[in-house]
Amino acid sequence: MNFIKQTIAVTMLNLRTIPQRLGSSGVAIVGIAGVVIVLVSVLSIAQGFTAAMEQSGADNRALVMRSGADSEMTSGLAAPEVDIIKQAPGLRREGQAGVASAELYVIIDIPKIGTNSPANVPMRGVEPQATTVRDEFSMVEGRMFQFGTNEVVVGRGAKVNFQGLTVGSTIHSGQNTWVVVGVFEADGSIAETEIWCDSRVLQGAYRRGNTYQTVLARLDSSQSFDTFRDWLTANPQVNVQVRRETEYYAQQSRQLSTLIRTVGFGIAALMGIGAVFGAILTMYTAVSTRSREIATLRALGFNTMSVLVSVLSESLALAAIGGAIGGVLAYLAFNGYQTSTMNFSTFSQVAFAFQVTPRLLGMGLTYALIMGLIGGLFPAVRAARLPIPSALREL
Amino acid sequence: MKFIPLLWSSLWRKKFRTTFTLLSIFVAFVLFGLLMTIRTAFTFGVEIAGLDRLVLIHKVSLIMPLPISYEGRLKATEGVTLTSHNTWFGGVYQDPSNFFAQIAVDPESHLKLYPEFKLPPEQMAAWLADRQGAIVGADLAKRFGWKIGDRIPIQGTIWQPKQGQVWDFNIVGMYDGDAGVDKTQLFFRYDYLDENRRGGQGLVGWYVVKIADPSRAHEMGAKFDAMFANSSAETKTTTEKGFVEGFAKQVGDIGAIMIAILVAVLFTMLLVAANTMAQSVRERTSEVGVLKTLGFSNGAILALVLGESVLIAIIGGALGLGLSWLFVQNGDPTGGMLPIFILPARDLTIGAVMIVLLGLVAGAWPAVNAMNLKITDALRRS
Repeated sequence: MNFIKQTIAVTMLNLRTIPQRLGSSGVAIVGIAGVVIVLVSVLSIAQGFTAAMEQSGADNRALVMRSGADSEMTSGLAAPEVDIIKQAPGLRREGQAGVASAELYVIIDIPKIGTNSPANVPMRGVEPQATTVRDEFSMVEGRMFQFGTNEVVVGRGAKVNFQGLTVGSTIHSGQNTWVVVGVFEADGSIAETEIWCDSRVLQGAYRRGNTYQTVLARLDSSQSFDTFRDWLTANPQVNVQVRRETEYYAQQSRQLSTLIRTVGFGIAALMGIGAVFGAILTMYTAVSTRSREIATLRALGFNTMSVLVSVLSESLALAAIGGAIGGVLAYLAFNGYQTSTMNFSTFSQVAFAFQVTPRLLGMGLTYALIMGLIGGLFPAVRAARLPIPSALREL
Repeated sequence: MKFIPLLWSSLWRKKFRTTFTLLSIFVAFVLFGLLMTIRTAFTFGVEIAGLDRLVLIHKVSLIMPLPISYEGRLKATEGVTLTSHNTWFGGVYQDPSNFFAQIAVDPESHLKLYPEFKLPPEQMAAWLADRQGAIVGADLAKRFGWKIGDRIPIQGTIWQPKQGQVWDFNIVGMYDGDAGVDKTQLFFRYDYLDENRRGGQGLVGWYVVKIADPSRAHEMGAKFDAMFANSSAETKTTTEKGFVEGFAKQVGDIGAIMIAILVAVLFTMLLVAANTMAQSVRERTSEVGVLKTLGFSNGAILALVLGESVLIAIIGGALGLGLSWLFVQNGDPTGGMLPIFILPARDLTIGAVMIVLLGLVAGAWPAVNAMNLKITDALRRS
């Protein structure tokens, strides 16, 4: 009981005198805040990118590509194959027709807003069933394009990241001209970075003959995936691989998010070491300027343990303040920040927003406290071990 | 020079503090070195891209092929010294995560156009003799432990062979190059691709053209584009530098944002170090008084204090930069995601300048204070 009272008393004494050591405490806080900003903001990039990719798939949809293709971009399916795929069991049917859309996935060069240099914007040719297959699809502006014309609709993300994609504008690309008639949203998925048009029109524009690249199929239910896949892979008339859409997008995001996370954690770890040194120096100074007071307390009979805990608490308090400031700044600066980058699996752009989630903030704060704990430990032991007589004599 | 021992002993007046100040400067400059390396990696080696090389791609997009017949017309154009064509293969070796670039080229014209890829002549001869031959960059060979003579199966994604799904390549050569040259690519023969693919005969991905006069790059580009205007495959010509820059811009703000955040933090870490150095001088006010009493001039005091902080900065900073340089020599730790992984000499110089600046800035305020100190005040203060 006495020990707890003592500890609280010394801790309060330390905390209340922080304002007197504003300079060095400030440096520790700034150092830790800096590390937390970096950790949280770099991870928020990976978080936002992964979230956009993960939202892009649904369990009850299957993506059919030519076997051996590693992305929609490199796949190719002939029209007769597409017809067979649309007859596969497990596919949802409405009346006679299967709910599936044979699609083309190509790139169109459009300047990126801000850099003015051309970017590989993905362009998707779809069939009328496409919006039934993707039930998250809805128009937010203008109207859906008319099949058989050179009209296109653009995703929300494409509109904000690339030039000249407002409703009513035209896109000139080589000898093709496209007219933007609407803007759509799709639950924040990466389809929102795409430009959609009629697949048959796109076949002509990109000289693809009567071929497609993928078929996106709506399944009866998520369980009918195996039936659908097995029937198609066993069928000798087609040479395809069938994957769940969710799996496909998870794999697509892996490379970039791993890269970002590796860089983020690596740099944050290194900076953490630097910040720990900063915290050690601060607490060391705090202890050394007060060695007389500490010695006096000890001479008065205060327990060494309570002196140790008090120094640690001060260090943790500084770390918590730094961590909180860093988290708030990272949140204010980056949460929802819109950007686009290259998805290396398809060489095309993906628009997404940075996401500073509570989990990331928690991670940042935890990391700050760990730094504070390590930073305070050394000086705390030193304070507790201070030889009383010589410390009292010290100037 | 005779003051070095004095500097040294005042440096170690408080061992604990000096050690940690050194360590934090050390970490800051390790970080600096790695950051500059990452920044360079994100620009895809734009510094070394040639200005006398133009890249012709399909006007609609990079993924659209161009006919091989363009090569003759390009070659015949006045002012063109060399031409070559490239076709992206995009195959998968064992697992999609083993990504690296495979490009179909014409061996002779390709290596003439890119003299920075160094291939021994006997390996070149072997490549010309073997249709399935391929050459690989030194870094790529190291990554997968390939040797000359190995047979590498690569699964076609864009291009399917006439039989099965796998293309076999014989490694007949290994190219090397200076730092900053991408040594993570595999080049193989276009004639092998064209003969064995199921479709797309006579199509190539993009052209690279070397021009005699780099100052005419813009004009030449416009000329090429006009040459193929209104055809089924219109072109867009840029300098190789512009092409690489454009590619880097597509990756976008990500690299820039990471750098911006990290630079800000580097700054705060330097602040921490500077603050401690200043503090250590403040604590020695009375010693400065003693030195002055002994007859040290104001200038000498200034030089002593500045010298001490510059010395700390140089020791910590040089060790830090040195370590990051050593780390970078080991090559890309991510396994192929950052093909250009170098710490450019220019950035090392910037780092060295920053080290000295840090020492001067951190020492300036306390040094001037110490210089202006009156002996009586200094000795009275404790």
